[in-house]
Amino acid sequence: MEVRFKLNGKEVATATASNIRLIDLLRDKFNLTGTKEGCGIGECGACTILMDGRAVNSCLVLAAQANGKEIITIEGIADGDILHPLQRRFLSNGAIQCGYCTPGMVLSASALLSQNPDPSEEDIKEAIAGNLCRCTGYKQIIDAVKETAKELQLKQ
Amino acid sequence: MNKGFSVVGKSVIREDGIDKVTGKAKFADDYKFDGMLHAVMLRINEAHARINSVDFLEIENNRNVFSIISSADIPGAKKVGMIKNDQPIFCDEKVVTPGDVIAMLVGESEDGLRPLLSKIKIDYSPLPVLNDPKKSLDKDAVLIHPEAGSNLIIHHPLRKGDIQKGFDESDEILEQTYTTQLIEHAYIEPEAVIAIPQGISQGVKIIGSIQNPFSCRRIVAAVLNLPLAKVRVQQAHLGGSFGGKDDTMAILAARAAVAALKTGRPVKIRYSREESILESYKRHPYILDYKAGYMKNGKIKAIKIELLADGGAYTSMSPFVTWRSVVQATGPYEIENVHTDVRAVYTNNPYTGAMRGFGSPQPIFAQESLMDEIALRLGMTPDEIRRINGYKVGSVTATGQTLKDHDVNLITVLSTACENTDFAKKWKNNLKKKSVALELSKDSPILKDDQFIRPDDNIKKGIGLALSFRGCSLGAEGMDASAAYISIQNDGSVYLDCGLAENGQGLRTTYTIIASEVLGVSPDKIIYLELDTGITPDSGPTVASRGTIMGGGAVKNAAETVRDKLTALVKEEFKLPADDIISFTDNHVHSESEGTLASFQDVCKIASSQGMNLSAIGWYKGPNVHWDEETGQGDAYFTYVYGCQVAEVSVNISTGEVYIDKITAVHDPGTVINRLGAEGQVFGGVTQGAGYGIFEEVTTDKGFIRELNFDTYTIPTSKDISEIIPIFVEGKESYGPWGAKSLGEPTLELTAAAISNAVCNALGKRLFNLPLNLEEVLLNIKLRPADTKRGSLV
Ligand code: FES
Ligand code: FES
Repeated sequence: MEVRFKLNGKEVATATASNIRLIDLLRDKFNLTGTKEGCGIGECGACTILMDGRAVNSCLVLAAQANGKEIITIEGIADGDILHPLQRRFLSNGAIQCGYCTPGMVLSASALLSQNPDPSEEDIKEAIAGNLCRCTGYKQIIDAVKETAKELQLKQ
Repeated sequence: MNKGFSVVGKSVIREDGIDKVTGKAKFADDYKFDGMLHAVMLRINEAHARINSVDFLEIENNRNVFSIISSADIPGAKKVGMIKNDQPIFCDEKVVTPGDVIAMLVGESEDGLRPLLSKIKIDYSPLPVLNDPKKSLDKDAVLIHPEAGSNLIIHHPLRKGDIQKGFDESDEILEQTYTTQLIEHAYIEPEAVIAIPQGISQGVKIIGSIQNPFSCRRIVAAVLNLPLAKVRVQQAHLGGSFGGKDDTMAILAARAAVAALKTGRPVKIRYSREESILESYKRHPYILDYKAGYMKNGKIKAIKIELLADGGAYTSMSPFVTWRSVVQATGPYEIENVHTDVRAVYTNNPYTGAMRGFGSPQPIFAQESLMDEIALRLGMTPDEIRRINGYKVGSVTATGQTLKDHDVNLITVLSTACENTDFAKKWKNNLKKKSVALELSKDSPILKDDQFIRPDDNIKKGIGLALSFRGCSLGAEGMDASAAYISIQNDGSVYLDCGLAENGQGLRTTYTIIASEVLGVSPDKIIYLELDTGITPDSGPTVASRGTIMGGGAVKNAAETVRDKLTALVKEEFKLPADDIISFTDNHVHSESEGTLASFQDVCKIASSQGMNLSAIGWYKGPNVHWDEETGQGDAYFTYVYGCQVAEVSVNISTGEVYIDKITAVHDPGTVINRLGAEGQVFGGVTQGAGYGIFEEVTTDKGFIRELNFDTYTIPTSKDISEIIPIFVEGKESYGPWGAKSLGEPTLELTAAAISNAVCNALGKRLFNLPLNLEEVLLNIKLRPADTKRGSLV
């Protein structure tokens, strides 16, 4: 079957089988390997992508379900060479160690900020509760999201 | 202490951060090659069985099968190991644990191969299964590896003073048994590796999520029967390891390599989470028997310790893990008479090996629980008893080593932690508030009016602490040296590499900071090269918190070697007096007499125009340590670090739930090189330690693991922990770069013990078995499903 969707700002169309997961389509067909697999059952969040602005686990979504949707992966969140403010804050706060959870974390956080520009610490914890990180203990990630929220508010 | 540093001790952004935050960093499974094949593993559903025959007839000619790989295809060693060669690459005689692999199917796609596994006919005879480590050494116990003659993997004795005399002279004796559980590393990236054949003369190249490229190379070369130089191992970005991607990865790499050489094509193996948990090694569960004799004034006179570690089906790192336990089992307390025996044994359980902490979290849980109990019995506070017994300068450890030549900051970290948390006051206050014990009347299960619990009564506050010392680097476990490579280009940019592999914790950044400090160039001018065993000198493994002290020492040495050359050159070029002091900062070179002389770049240009070699191999070798196997006496490690953590918790007495309100982590890692990284180590280590303390556990049923994915194996999420406060006391040290030592493991080893002491402070009852999950807190028992399915039975 053919699926058409908007991927990181560009219209794409590709043939896929009905049992292919979105994560596999992204990684194998489009070579967008920034989307990671950690569990395959929707528990770790390493495969998080944005689907019409919402953070979803791409290991639980069939490729066919992307049809007509707008998909953003970690490769598409920066503005060309200019990093997304979340990406910058992740760097400056030391929110990255091994980096395997990072793409999913950044995307979950960005979905939060687009829905709730002024999140409390609890809101942030809630938004990334489905993204497991074994390295950082979450503290510096939460700080990065907090600071980004402040920065984006100031801009407006 | 850090005065005068320009980069060291500051917060520097990770050198690999941009790639990681944009999704460009390549992890092992992100590599693809033309003609690449995939492999799937063949296992049987048995924990112990003799294999009589394997019949591939039905699938041999299936179009999805490109090749079948088994033990018969191995040209070299069929069994391997980090210490003892007892683990088969493919099992041909018997399986000894459910993760064991019998053979491997190789083909174009995993999906095409998987359905074929059930069509392979395996004839096997089940053998008796041994799961209880306490029964391992019984005369009639089944032998896991009959050729070993017994199920004993290792026994480390330690004898100091006269234990009987010590007990006789004691005012009181306390005897307790503690247990700790099996846990999983739970790195978020599952294992993946690719082997690429390099033509007949060149051997094979390996790319993978490999913690220690050099030990991986040694094992792959042995299996292929090739010289080391023909096996090149390149480390991909590693998605977490924590000690866990060593043996397992070497074996996966060897399987892929055998297949690559047989098929002539690149072969990738990648594990699902389930396979990762099923086959990879884990943290040793311990049974810990402690008997302490002490005086009324709080002084501990004698301690007898017996530790039993379940090594599972293979030796792996058990001898070294348990060696650290024997050195540190008394905790950081000076005790005259010590009698310790640590044993690791084989069972048919999942095998256990290296994991962050490495044989220390288990005895720390026991010894720190015991110290608190003694304090309670003597009417002292936990910090008082520790001040009386804790190491000071000149103290003699259980192994007979005198602590000197560095700041023995044990009491300093303890006092700092207590002051920052108002420890003693809170601890006493909590004790006064007795817990509400429910006593149901035998006649009627209905509560009386005055028995109803108000919501507030449900929550009890507790505070507890744990204290430790930890030997740095390998100690008497092995040869301790590492190497680094530096090469300065004529425009002043720098290539840097070190043989100690990045594990995700930020070692490359730490090394970059060290080189930057020595040469006075900004960190962004330094390009860190990928670790490739074909280029970088062997530096031993990234284990035992040796990354900073050993690798950092080598990087500093390399950078200083080229800086000294440049210093000589500058003096000559600028005709400076021989005793002038030359300094390298802010991308410039300065002299004391003339001020700024030139940019670093210009000095490099001059050097290259004169044909000067601006590359160097740096080397750092730890001082010699010695050890007597029979008595457990000797200078076990060349230096130590000290740490104290205070946990503040709320315990819900009607559900048994433990909430962590705050952990204050005071550590002396020596000089802090990379502040952002150091704080990250504390946040991460404490969080892992908290998971170990309150809910993580891999349970098994006849050797079969129940928790094979993150739905059942729960690790801490963003919602599980609140505040973590890192505090660094930077003690003086003569070893390591500017006296920088270790931090990664100390941060994890204390947390569970501190939490347990806090829970005891809240409840007024002691818990002896990790993890402190709901059942343990409420009922003092562990509930287990009857089989590998879900649901609970006692
Ligand atoms: S891989 Fe999708 S949630 Fe873990
Ligand atoms: S940084 Fe390693 S899992 Fe989050």
